[in-house]
Amino acid sequence: MQTEIIISGFGGQGALFIGQLLAYTGLDLKKHVTWFPSYGPEMRGGTAHCTVIISEDEIGAPVVSRPRVAIVMNLPSLDKYEPLVLPGGVLVINTSLVDRQAERTDIDVVYVPANEIAEELGEKRLANMVLLGAFLTKMPIISLDEIAESLGKHIPEHRRNLLEANLVAMKRGSALVTA
Amino acid sequence: MAKELLKGNVAFAEAAIRAGCEAYFGYPITPQTEALEHMSKRMPELGRVFLQAESEVAAINMVYGAACTGVRVMTSSSSPGISLMMEGISYIAGSEIPVVIINVMRGGPGLGNIAPSQGDYNQMVKGGGHGDFQPIVLAPATIQEFIDLTVEAFDLAEKYRTIVALLADGSIGQMMEPAELPPMRPVRKFKDRPSWALTGAKGRDPNIISSIYIDPVEEEKLNLKLMKIKEEIIANEVRYRDLMLEDAEIAVVAFGTAGRIAQSAIKTAREEGIKVGLLRPISLFPFPYERVKQVADQVKAILVVEMNGGQMVEDVRLGAEGRAPVTFYGRMGGVVPMPDEVLEEIQKLHAKLKGGS
Repeated sequence: MQTEIIISGFGGQGALFIGQLLAYTGLDLKKHVTWFPSYGPEMRGGTAHCTVIISEDEIGAPVVSRPRVAIVMNLPSLDKYEPLVLPGGVLVINTSLVDRQAERTDIDVVYVPANEIAEELGEKRLANMVLLGAFLTKMPIISLDEIAESLGKHIPEHRRNLLEANLVAMKRGSALVTA
Repeated sequence: MAKELLKGNVAFAEAAIRAGCEAYFGYPITPQTEALEHMSKRMPELGRVFLQAESEVAAINMVYGAACTGVRVMTSSSSPGISLMMEGISYIAGSEIPVVIINVMRGGPGLGNIAPSQGDYNQMVKGGGHGDFQPIVLAPATIQEFIDLTVEAFDLAEKYRTIVALLADGSIGQMMEPAELPPMRPVRKFKDRPSWALTGAKGRDPNIISSIYIDPVEEEKLNLKLMKIKEEIIANEVRYRDLMLEDAEIAVVAFGTAGRIAQSAIKTAREEGIKVGLLRPISLFPFPYERVKQVADQVKAILVVEMNGGQMVEDVRLGAEGRAPVTFYGRMGGVVPMPDEVLEEIQKLHAKLKGGS
C-alpha cells in the first residue's frame, strides 16, 4: 500500500513543512517515505509544493502524475491538482483562499477555512497544521498522536515553544471533519 | 546508527566528511548548494578545510593542489559548473591524483535550468575533459546509495589513483528519504599519507606531480599506464542492480532517478501480467556490458529510459550486441518522466511482441 500526497500553496504557507512532518512521522513509524519538494525560483513568492509518498514497500519514483491526496492551500493549486487526484482519493481545500467548490464528484472533498481558524488561534501561520489535521482525520494513514510524537521529537529547540500551538491547530482541523 | 530523514545534498556532504574528506572546495550552484552550506558549517567545526572559491575553475584547481598532498579532497557542482571544471579534471587525471567529484545534474545545454536531468552522461562517462582517460562514474538512485557510493568513491579514487565522479541529478539532490550515515572515520595521519604525495621532501627525494609530458613517448607511457588501470577497473568495479529480471521478456535499463521511475512502472506492468524487469547500472564507467549482454540473450526486447535525449542507450546497444532490439524513451530539459509514461512504453513494447509472435 502506497499513499501519494501533494501539498501545494504559496511560498510561506508551510506546504513543505507539513510535507516534511508527514515524512518524519513515516520515518518514525518505520515506513518507507520520500519527500520531494519544488525547489525552483517559485519558492520565492510563487507557488511551493511537495510530493510525499508513504509506503509499506520500497518506493520507486518519488513523483507521481496522479496522487491519492492533494492538499491545496490556494486557488492556483486547486486548479492544478483537482483534476489529478485519483478517483476515491481525498482533496483538502483551504477555503480561506479559494472561492469555488470542487468540481469532482468521484473524490472525497474536505473544505477547511484554515486561515480563519488559524487567526482565531492567534497565529495565522498555523493554517497548514489545521489542514493537516483535517486530512489525517478524513484519511487516517497516520494518527494525530503519531504526528504529535514525531513533531515533539524533531522540532528544533528554538521552536519548541510553538509545539503546543501546532497540536491545537491540528486538532481544530480534525474536529471540523468529525463534527 | 539509526535512519534519519536526509536530503540528498546534505547526505552526500556528511558522508564525505565521515569518509575522511579533509578539504572541500566549491562554488554555489542550484540544485546542489545545500552541500556547500553543510560543508561550510561542518568542516570548520572539525578543523578541516571548507573554501568557497571565486569560481568553479578556481575550485577544481584548489582541489588539484590539495589532493597532491595526499589528503581526501572533494568538490561538487551542477552541470554548468562541472563544464567549467573540465580543464582541471583533465589535469588531475594526467597527474594521477585521487579526487572525488559530485555532479548533481540539471537541465541543459547552456545555462539551462535547475530541474533534474541526466544530460551529462556522455560528458562525464566518456572522459570528463580532454585526453585519454576515463574516470570511474557511479550513479546513485536513492539517498542511501548516494551516501554509500560517496564513501566508496574515496576508497576507489585512492585504490586506482583516479577521479571518481558521482552522477546524481536535481531530484536526488533535493529529495528527502530515510537513510543511515556511516560512522565517522578518522582522517589519515600525516605519516600515513601515500608515498607519491607532496608532503615536503625532508629526508627523501622530492616527488614531482605534473601532467606535462613534453616527450610524446613519455606521455604515451603515462597513457599506457592509465589504460592498464582502466582495464583493472573494468575487471573489478562493475556495479548494477537487477530487479524482477528472472523471468522477464522485456528489460528496462535505466540509471539513477530514471531507474527509480522505471521501477514504479515495472511494478504496475507486472500487476498487468507483463513480464518485465529492470537492470539499473550503478557504475556507468565501468559499464555493465557483460550483464547487458546476458540480459539481451534472455529477453525479447530492451527499453532504455533516460532523462536525456539518448546517451547511455549507446552503451546498452554496445552491450546487447544486437541480441535483442533496443528502444529508447527519454525526456529532456529538466522534465522528469512520470511512471505512467514509462508504463505506456512498456505496454507498447509488450503489444508489439505479442503481435509478432
